[in-house]
Amino acid sequence: MRKLSYVQAINETLHQIIEKDKNVFLVGQGVISPWYVGATTVGLIDKFGDKRIIDTPVSENAITGVAAGASFTGMRPIVMHPRMDFMYYAMDQIANQIANWYYMFGGMKNVPITIWGIINRGGEQAAQHSQALQSMFMHIPGLKVVMPSNPFDVKGLLVSAIYDDNPVVFIDDRWLYKIVGDVPKEIYTVPIGKGAIRKKGKDITIVATGWMVQKVIEAGSILQKDGIDVEIIDVRTLKPLDKTLIFKSVKKTSRLVVADAGWRTCGVAGEISALVTENIFESLKAPIKRVVLPDTPAPMSSVLERAYYPDTNDIVATVRSLFKQHRRTLGGKK
Amino acid sequence: MNKKLDISPVHTDLETLLKKMYITMLRIRKFEEKTGELVSAKEIICPCHLYIGQEAIATGVCSALRKEDYVFSTHRSHGHYIAKGGSIKTLMAELYGKITGCSKGRGGSMHITSPDIGFPGSSAIVAGTIPLAVGAALSFHIRKKDTVSVAFFGDGATNEGAFYESLNFAALKKLPVIFVCENNFYSTHMTISDCLSDTRIYKKAEAFKMPGVCIDGNDVLKVFKQAKEAIEYAREGKGPSLLECSTYRWRGHVGPNIDLDKGLRTKEELESWMAKCPIKRLEALLLKQGILSKSETHQIEKEIEREIEETVVFAKKSSFPKANELQKYVFTEN
Repeated sequence: MRKLSYVQAINETLHQIIEKDKNVFLVGQGVISPWYVGATTVGLIDKFGDKRIIDTPVSENAITGVAAGASFTGMRPIVMHPRMDFMYYAMDQIANQIANWYYMFGGMKNVPITIWGIINRGGEQAAQHSQALQSMFMHIPGLKVVMPSNPFDVKGLLVSAIYDDNPVVFIDDRWLYKIVGDVPKEIYTVPIGKGAIRKKGKDITIVATGWMVQKVIEAGSILQKDGIDVEIIDVRTLKPLDKTLIFKSVKKTSRLVVADAGWRTCGVAGEISALVTENIFESLKAPIKRVVLPDTPAPMSSVLERAYYPDTNDIVATVRSLFKQHRRTLGGKK
Repeated sequence: MNKKLDISPVHTDLETLLKKMYITMLRIRKFEEKTGELVSAKEIICPCHLYIGQEAIATGVCSALRKEDYVFSTHRSHGHYIAKGGSIKTLMAELYGKITGCSKGRGGSMHITSPDIGFPGSSAIVAGTIPLAVGAALSFHIRKKDTVSVAFFGDGATNEGAFYESLNFAALKKLPVIFVCENNFYSTHMTISDCLSDTRIYKKAEAFKMPGVCIDGNDVLKVFKQAKEAIEYAREGKGPSLLECSTYRWRGHVGPNIDLDKGLRTKEELESWMAKCPIKRLEALLLKQGILSKSETHQIEKEIEREIEETVVFAKKSSFPKANELQKYVFTEN
């Protein structure tokens, strides 16, 4: 199959959908600037003009509301936030208006918009240029949240997000932009609400989000050499979460690690952990472990950065510790 | 008589227009008075911010609009909804929290909707709907429609960042939106001079190079004429305008009481504004010009009172939403 990078897959999707559907437009700060959005929007302005590719001033709150307002008239806007940190400015529109609109008007008016938030971290960017806010959005009723981890999914989930009749927070990660994978040329969808098994295994389930899926895949190969057969679940959608897939896997493996590069407290990993203990506690043979960010703002110095972001080694060490600690409960198993 | 109460914003001559505006203002007034009574009687529990005293603004502006034009409203929403042509039956049912309410008992007084007549919703977050109105206007602009959008908001909203972001973006892109500020001189408990460094709100338009005027918001004909001018300007693609309408709310910030006991305003101040009643003013004109006779105004009043009694009967006999449908309308199915 044809190979594309993650960033090329986003770019191709935008070109294809904006061309195909007159109701779709892209608005946000820096939509024409590779500096802000990598190469995701290359060529769009030349092809579609400034009425459908709308570069805006730094007015995140108003611009997010503008996208929602346009959606009331039958359009399907994509509003882009080149750094998630700045989305706090737009929280009134996202959490108070957009998320509540369909419910508080008794289903009279839905908000079919895609709120595209880019995680852009590392490189000593520090606390205000590094945040990954998936848990915040996952917490709010009325929002769907997706986090594609590879080039195939980023195209399919972007198409699904645009055509979903609900507001979808679409979160991608600049660290994924260079990853190359199979991407069909035609338009296709990846269903929202469905996770995927990246590797089948029998000893332990690792559920991961976004960038962490890539790290878990690396960790899985290392652990295989230890004789630990890892099953890897890429949730793809955080809300609605594919609980069925997770429960089925944990019932089989009896052990769970959740890897998410967001903060520990009230995070995605905590939520998944709670769901598993609430629903299939009896299947567990070991405590659930989280590989997440500490409850600390992102640091600057690269030494601190390396300590801050969880990587493959952290996943490997967490899984090993679990097996070491609970060897007795594993019986004859490794 | 029922047919005579038609308030569709299509009018053939000035006399018809004046009569229609009179009926609309009176309908708002009587509806709000009834709501106040029902709140006092604890029949209605949800917080209601009454529009009594401000009727000329919603009526004047909406009379200059077409059905397909959009109106966005605030926590003080009933007047805008009624003036745009919303059903008072479903409004009353909503205040009662009934399934027949315009928002199916999910919204209450602050969250009312009637998408079919260009009223996508009202929102309780101060200034929250201003960006949404700009968004609807952006959509009309992109699709080259001559439809316009109106944002109603109070003087308090001009303290919010969303207001300034919205004015700038709308002026920058020359969007067909009319910003209508209802200056009733109080932002909840706070007088305008305690919250704005310059209380001439219309002057803020200058900073964004858009027309800004301040008019007597209790003179419905003046409001109509000024709104019509701004609407035509917007339809011609010339961009947004800011219309500051001076007025006064007779009741407290929320609820049926006049709140003189709170020590926030004086009896003299309230009485001086009640003497400038927008409805009495138009009625005097109608009588003087011989457009309506005393017996006709009396008949209209009785008819409206009957109509409002019917809304209460309808609301009371309607069912409550089912408790097992609590989570309906969080998301829509595609």
